[in-house]
Amino acid sequence: MSDGIPVAVEIESIIEETPSVRTFLLSREFEFRAGQFVMVWVPGVDEIPMALSSSSSITVQQVGDATAALFRKSEGELLGIRGPFGNGFPAEGRILAVAGGVGAAPLRPLVVTGTVTCLLLGARTRKELLFAGELSGMTRVLPATDDGSFGHHGPVTGLFSEVDVGSYDRICVCGPEKMMYAVLSLLDKEGIAERGYFSLHRYMKCGIGLCGSCCIDPAGFRVCRDGPVFSGDLLLASEFGRYCRDASGRRMAI
Amino acid sequence: MLERLKSGTVNVGGVDLSNHLLLAAGVLGTTGSSLRRILEQGAGGVVTKSIGPVTCYGHPGPCIAEVEGGVINAMGLPNPSRAFADELAPLSGKPVIISIFGGDPGEFREVAGWFAGMAAGFELNLSCPHATGYGAALGSDPRIIEECTRAVADLSFPTWVKLTPNVTDIAACGRAAERGGATAIVAINTVKAMRISPELKRPVLGHGYGGLSGKAIFPIAVRCVYELYEACTIPVIGCGGVSTGSDVIEMMMAGASAVEIGTAVRDNPAIFREIASRIYSPDGVEPDSIIGCAHE
Repeated sequence: MSDGIPVAVEIESIIEETPSVRTFLLSREFEFRAGQFVMVWVPGVDEIPMALSSSSSITVQQVGDATAALFRKSEGELLGIRGPFGNGFPAEGRILAVAGGVGAAPLRPLVVTGTVTCLLLGARTRKELLFAGELSGMTRVLPATDDGSFGHHGPVTGLFSEVDVGSYDRICVCGPEKMMYAVLSLLDKEGIAERGYFSLHRYMKCGIGLCGSCCIDPAGFRVCRDGPVFSGDLLLASEFGRYCRDASGRRMAI
Repeated sequence: MLERLKSGTVNVGGVDLSNHLLLAAGVLGTTGSSLRRILEQGAGGVVTKSIGPVTCYGHPGPCIAEVEGGVINAMGLPNPSRAFADELAPLSGKPVIISIFGGDPGEFREVAGWFAGMAAGFELNLSCPHATGYGAALGSDPRIIEECTRAVADLSFPTWVKLTPNVTDIAACGRAAERGGATAIVAINTVKAMRISPELKRPVLGHGYGGLSGKAIFPIAVRCVYELYEACTIPVIGCGGVSTGSDVIEMMMAGASAVEIGTAVRDNPAIFREIASRIYSPDGVEPDSIIGCAHE
């Protein structure tokens, strides 16, 4: 399709997944790879990148103006969608998935493909463990909560002692950057940083590799086009885990 | 058979470039690392994202609409203002041109003053079509173009002036920049444009209208360069829809002393090296012999 203006989709239904996360089922299916994202246009408000949680859904946590506007939408209302964009997770080999909070959204379709042998699923509390019930039926799920209300008490990285990380071909990770950086550090210590695949979150304006607002230091990779998933060896000695940039391009500490 | 040009460094409008191919402003120019990546990919020089007098977060999205033959954007001049100096540190000594904008001659001079000596030169954005009070809002009036140009050129650094095609007489704008002391003219910025979503019944850009770039505007850019080459004595740098070696040669024949590439970088950051390999040869003709040759 040479025309890349947003396609209109109807919100078919809204699922309250956790107290802070909702899934919006869309009236259209998109051909995609797990880890790819779409640019979601909330008319009159803004456009934001969102991972696809299935071929016809996005799963969203309310964090800013645009997601708040999305949360005010009802079934039957229209959104604009561009994409899918980006590279996505590699789906080959024996995969350990590591999710933090709403970071389970892009990993869900990877689990659905059947290649994830084990999922480490972290959240603030038991109620925030996203897709825990559904994904437990598809793979081995080890939970962790910050408040200890379910599973391991503490960050999801605390679960690494319960798995033989070296036995996995790939470790696919999505969650808060501090968590992902902790995973990268663990893999680096084991000498297997290149087996980690991390889905980065950076401020994006265009989504197609043109504007440069999501570029990361020092290599200048475009998160929207060269990523959003990068192997760990490319992220060692980068800005990852240290800083990002806001909408103006100004650096902010992670 | 495409005529090959002799390879080597060139000086255009007071700036030394390693070849005739530059990265256009607004594309992958927010960070020092992405600019360095483009230089490593064979660009002869790079122009940064436009930097202005105050920190700006840009227009609400969507900021981009991909259309047949091009892209319409309305970014809204997002920039970190003076903090951009941090991005320039890893680019010291490289052929980097800082694009700057302001709302009046004083603001242009203020911003240029912050970065004086930190780069090879300035490109004045008097042409962004979708920022109220900036860009083309000033750059449609030859008198204001002349004043803004003079405010920066007086600092005695190479001063390029990027013009908008959204005017009746671009030659008059070029002559105004030359009177103001510009060392080169860059033409063109994007062409004012809009698309509407039939289902959502509203413009597809958050800002409403934006600027069209890409292949679709190449003929407009060639015409503007051709007119400016006849109207001005300072060098003209061609910009707008260039995506092949043949486009570069055509732009030079219209009168361009160098060429900027933007939208085509989206699909191919290595485009500079690829085009260079097609248009240069050690035994090629002198580039000066083809610049403006279409006018003879």
